[in-house]
Amino acid sequence: MEHAASHYYVPQPSYWPLVGSIGLFCLTGGSALLLTDHAAGGSFAMGVGLLIFVGMLCGWFGTVIMESEGGRYNDQVDGSFRWGMAWFIFSEVMFFAAFFGALFYVRHFAVPWLGGSGDKGLTHEILWPAFAATWPLLQLPDASHFTVARQAMEAAGLPAVNTLILLSSGATVTWAHWGIKSGKRRQLIAGLGLTVALGAIFIGLQAHEYWDAYTLQNLRLSSGIYGSTFFMLTGFHGAHVLIGAIMLGVVLVRSIRGHFTPTHHFAFEAASWYWHFVDVVWLGLFVTVYLL
Amino acid sequence: MESTFPEQIRKLALALACMLATREVWADYKLNLTEGVTSISREAYRLHMLALWICVVIAIVVFGAMAWSIYHHRKSRGAVAASFHDNTKVEIAWTIVPFLILVVLAIPATNALIAMNDTSNADLTIKITGLQWRWRYDYLKEDISFVSNLDDKSAAAAKQGSGIDPRTVEHYLLNVDNPVVVPVGKKVRFLLNASDVIHSWWVPDLGFKKDAIPGFVNEIWARVDTPGTYRGQCTELCGVGHGFMPIVLIAMNEPEYLVWLAQQHAASAKARAGGDRTWTREELLAKGDEVYAKNCAACHQPNGEGIPGAFKALKGSPVVKGPLAEHIDRVMNGKPGTAMPPFAAQLSDAEIAAVITHERNAWGNNTGDLVQPAQIKAARK
Amino acid sequence: MTELALPHPHDHTHPSGITRWLFTTNHKDIGTLYLLFSVSMLFIGGSFAMVVRAELFQPGLQFVSPHFFNQMATMHALVMIFGAVMPAFVGLANWMIPLMIGAPDMALPRLNNWSFWLLPFAFTLLLATLFMPGGAPSGGWTMYPPLVLQMGMAFPFLIFAVHLMGLSSVMGAINVITTVFNMRAPGMTYGKLPLFVWTWVITAFLLIAAMPVLAGAVTMLLTDKFFGTSFFNAAGGGDPVMFQHVFWFFGHPEVYIMILPAFGIVSQIVPTFARKPLFGYTSMIYAVASIAFLSFIVWAHHMFTVGMPLAGELFFMYSTVLIAVPTGVKVFNWVATMWRGSMTFETPMLWALCFIILFSIGGFSGLMLGLAPVDFQYQDTYFVVAHFHYVLVTGAVFAIIAGVYFWLPKWTGRMYDERLGKLHFWLSTISVNVLFFPQHFLGLAGMPRRIPDYAVQFSGWNMVSSLGAFAFGASQLIFLYIVVRAISGHGAKASAQVWEGAQGLEWTLSSPPPYHSFNEPPKVP
Ligand code: HEA
Ligand code: HEA
Ligand code: HEC
Ligand code: CUA
Ligand SMILES: [Cu+2]
Repeated sequence: MEHAASHYYVPQPSYWPLVGSIGLFCLTGGSALLLTDHAAGGSFAMGVGLLIFVGMLCGWFGTVIMESEGGRYNDQVDGSFRWGMAWFIFSEVMFFAAFFGALFYVRHFAVPWLGGSGDKGLTHEILWPAFAATWPLLQLPDASHFTVARQAMEAAGLPAVNTLILLSSGATVTWAHWGIKSGKRRQLIAGLGLTVALGAIFIGLQAHEYWDAYTLQNLRLSSGIYGSTFFMLTGFHGAHVLIGAIMLGVVLVRSIRGHFTPTHHFAFEAASWYWHFVDVVWLGLFVTVYLL
Repeated sequence: MESTFPEQIRKLALALACMLATREVWADYKLNLTEGVTSISREAYRLHMLALWICVVIAIVVFGAMAWSIYHHRKSRGAVAASFHDNTKVEIAWTIVPFLILVVLAIPATNALIAMNDTSNADLTIKITGLQWRWRYDYLKEDISFVSNLDDKSAAAAKQGSGIDPRTVEHYLLNVDNPVVVPVGKKVRFLLNASDVIHSWWVPDLGFKKDAIPGFVNEIWARVDTPGTYRGQCTELCGVGHGFMPIVLIAMNEPEYLVWLAQQHAASAKARAGGDRTWTREELLAKGDEVYAKNCAACHQPNGEGIPGAFKALKGSPVVKGPLAEHIDRVMNGKPGTAMPPFAAQLSDAEIAAVITHERNAWGNNTGDLVQPAQIKAARK
Repeated sequence: MTELALPHPHDHTHPSGITRWLFTTNHKDIGTLYLLFSVSMLFIGGSFAMVVRAELFQPGLQFVSPHFFNQMATMHALVMIFGAVMPAFVGLANWMIPLMIGAPDMALPRLNNWSFWLLPFAFTLLLATLFMPGGAPSGGWTMYPPLVLQMGMAFPFLIFAVHLMGLSSVMGAINVITTVFNMRAPGMTYGKLPLFVWTWVITAFLLIAAMPVLAGAVTMLLTDKFFGTSFFNAAGGGDPVMFQHVFWFFGHPEVYIMILPAFGIVSQIVPTFARKPLFGYTSMIYAVASIAFLSFIVWAHHMFTVGMPLAGELFFMYSTVLIAVPTGVKVFNWVATMWRGSMTFETPMLWALCFIILFSIGGFSGLMLGLAPVDFQYQDTYFVVAHFHYVLVTGAVFAIIAGVYFWLPKWTGRMYDERLGKLHFWLSTISVNVLFFPQHFLGLAGMPRRIPDYAVQFSGWNMVSSLGAFAFGASQLIFLYIVVRAISGHGAKASAQVWEGAQGLEWTLSSPPPYHSFNEPPKVP
């Protein structure tokens, strides 16, 4: 291209950011209305917001893809995208940290205190004499406003299978990366396809696990702190798997269409970084939520 | 706004002149932290003064140096800028010296903290429960318990547009109906918890505040060494009544304290007695009006209309006009997940019966129902 | 193939009309938008504070109900922190960082636009709650459960507004870091970055690490209220205090997010008017980095009274007071920069000098608060209110105002009226001390914060404080006038250099700089 590295790329004005803000505004405002007994207007605004937001994502990323394929991006833009994605992933790590922190806190402080050990022993004696601290916490201090779970999650079985699935999806995406770097498009497409498929299986299995939890085990969001931490952590993780799989899916379609070169394929790398991040979070989850 | 603008300015100026001039405003006025009447509070006071003076000295040195160079090194005086921009020795010095100062502060602070945490060997234990917006005191092992509310005079003056000048009310917002009483010279252990939201129990003269947290118990102790009346307030935002839940603690010499204990035992026996007889309509309505004003009006408002979106109206409420059982249940057990607290433990049978009778007959809810203490007693089982 | 469909990236159009502002990808436009947004929020949040101070003018309830009072205090804090101070710093970063490092724009210009345009919508959600049944959030800006869960309709709006603000901040921060890492002109090494840029890089790191934690905290509130979880409910095995831990893990870094860029501004201004290089450039950077690091391990100093285990109280006390050391290094370096300089006292310098003194006073009270056994006496009293207004108003806000005076001629090409600027300064400085200094006394004498009405012995100083507040608020109208005049093209023309002692790339550009600057990387001396 004529624009060599000595030139910076500054994009033209764009309406997508504003559209995105309007979309999120409708989405969040609508959800808030829905939650406060304004169901009709709320769900309408939510739906519209969601549509606008998804439209924005398609439009914005479409523009970026077009610019990229049009040869607009030099190494500097590539560098900006890399830093941007890396720090975005870091912010996601910190989001999960809040929930991991909560899990750590209840297991090491709140539940033992309620059960009479540690610094606040009197709490047990005076307020919850009948309560016995265990983990997973099935017998609650006061279950009158919560559902009582019959059974906790087992690490063996589905979660272990899911761990294997995610780990192997990490391998397949790396294999695809080798493919793209050495110009083997078939390997790239196969690797990506496998990864997306593994991601989909993971989500399917997790949905199955949730179903069992809600029906057979009576383990729910409302089953006290064990259910709360379990579903929030695995739920947000699942949502991230979904996002990652969609990203990889888009990259897959682009690969099929012949985008990317052995040296120029940031979108692929961004999606695969994200995938590895989701992978690592799962390992943390598997250890702290299921095993310990 | 009723009054016109110039009139307001005049009022303002007048009020200003009056206030800044009157002696009673500044009379019991303090600039500094209170020294208090416990070893803890004196420790805190000493530490406060130490830190304060250290800061003052540092400030004088730093701002002094600044003032010196502002004066002497200004361009208008012909100062020519030097060009130095580093000096490792100086920089090391002004890193280490502040650190050493901090060590000087940290040592007494550590000792004080350790002493405050030692609640062992207490002579007496009082459990304190924070409620929206009152305190409940249980003397463990003594079978005495009572609720402590903002006193009526303050409550009346504190109403918006009451027309009562707070300055005419003695101990405005710092007075209660039932103060908590402790013996002088004894180590008293306080156990804090709350039934609805977080409150915080603070009497400055005791030298600490501690949060009262629903579902957990916190401990703290005090040994008051001078008889007297000590006042404090709730210090954790707990809703609309947060500014209106004071604490009054009276420290008495042992003999007087024993007399007070005996009175309390007698009083609680009497309170229980009222629950056994049948009350007349007038008695119920009078008592109910009183209980309502004290316990319910803060949320549901004196006119029973509540605050839309926050506190439901009782006027015309389906619960109040509906089946009695549900109404009793709502008042005794509250509604979890909302601000409506359970009153079963706070109010006696007679009080609950009376307030329900009141609600069912006030503000045009004329159901005509009467509720007797015996019905509440039955509902407790 | 798609080449034709795309407008040429370097045709340097100067868009105009409303769409210029709505769709802009220009860092100067976005900086301006941020600053305008911030000043309007300053006035809205300030008006809420005026309601608070009016009610506290005298004992007794005169103007508002306790319920509305709590809404005003809560909204005041939320609007000031998330609407006024943070966006002001992001606005300054947008304007100045590319100019300072010789970049043509921010690294991710479209994302930059999105970061800004989320804010008006977030604040629409938040401010709309004022008109809802049950009113606006009233549980304090700290949003402690269970109280916050008693809120009516406003509750989910508050949560989602916080989510959007967080998203905006995180994306803004990503942009700053990426810009500094990737867009520096050749030769602009890390060792040459102006301090404002350095402090902002570190601030951006704090933002990215802290804001998502806040998002997590409020998400847990949301599910506790609507989806039956029990994070903050002992009956289900949770703990209300856990919220405070998660919140303050965000909250303490947050207060440094609001002060580090202020340090940066002051570090630009003091050398300029002392005509002498900044003393201890490297130690300044290390000091900021240490403050940033420490800010993640001190959070529970806001929670000394919740009944933590002794070891926890000791740890958090030590780590908290330790922050005085690097902060002291900064203060000493500023003083050493002035030492044997050749000082003049234009308006920006006056604000910066005042910042150093008044921020330090706020820092001193912070240090006192950090001593746990005495914090049991100070906590949740007006002593704390005095502390944080000294660091926030005479700290963060004063630095922002200093920065505006410093750079306004560069942005608009017009000198502001020096006499009016000084008048603004003196009125503000005197009144702000009348406003906040007596609050130290009130706190020590035992007045709790967050109360709409108080015992009679507190009335004297409250009246003084309220009078100071009205005077301080009114003084800001002068500021508004000065800024509006400069924007509308009144005043003497400013030179490129503007200040005699000014140094750095931004002063090599004309005032105002061209719409697109540094398209060719400049030579860094
Ligand atoms: C810009 C914002 C800002 C800044 C910079 C600070 C700075 C500091 N803060 Fe502050 N703080 C707040 C904003 C801020 N704070 C807010 C908003 C709250 C209340 C939140 C709420 O509850 O709503 C709060 C509350 C707060 C508390 C809780 C009080 C309570 O609720 O009980 C504590 C306790 O430790 C504290 C401590 C400190 C300390 C030690 C510093 C230190 O960083 C200060 C360091 C500076 C100096 C010490 C001065 C300069 C140094 C020298 C000249 C060197 C020599 C000095 C010595 C050796 C002493 N702060
Ligand atoms: C950056 C943050 C910031 C800023 C800039 C301010 C600025 C001010 N604050 Fe603040 N404040 C907080 C952050 C901030 N505050 C926080 C975090 C809390 C804790 C909240 C809580 O408890 O949850 C708090 C709480 C708080 C309280 C305690 C409330 C309570 O505990 O009950 C008070 C009381 O005096 C107060 C006063 C003020 C005043 C008078 C100003 C002034 O500096 C404002 C000056 C600005 C203006 C006035 C606007 C400009 C002018 C006009 C609009 C013109 C019209 C005005 C006139 C004609 C007079 N604030
Ligand atoms: C802390 C605030 C608060 C106090 C004090 C309070 N209430 Fe309530 N009350 C509420 C709230 C909030 C509700 C609404 C609960 C809901 O959402 O169903 C309510 C609901 C009720 C209802 C049911 C009304 C309906 O239509 O659903 C009754 C009856 C009632 N309260 C009686 C009382 C009585 C009697 C007292 C005093 C002894 C009292 N309340 C004190 C907050 C309070
Ligand atoms: Cu109870 Cu504040
Ligand atoms: Cu802090």
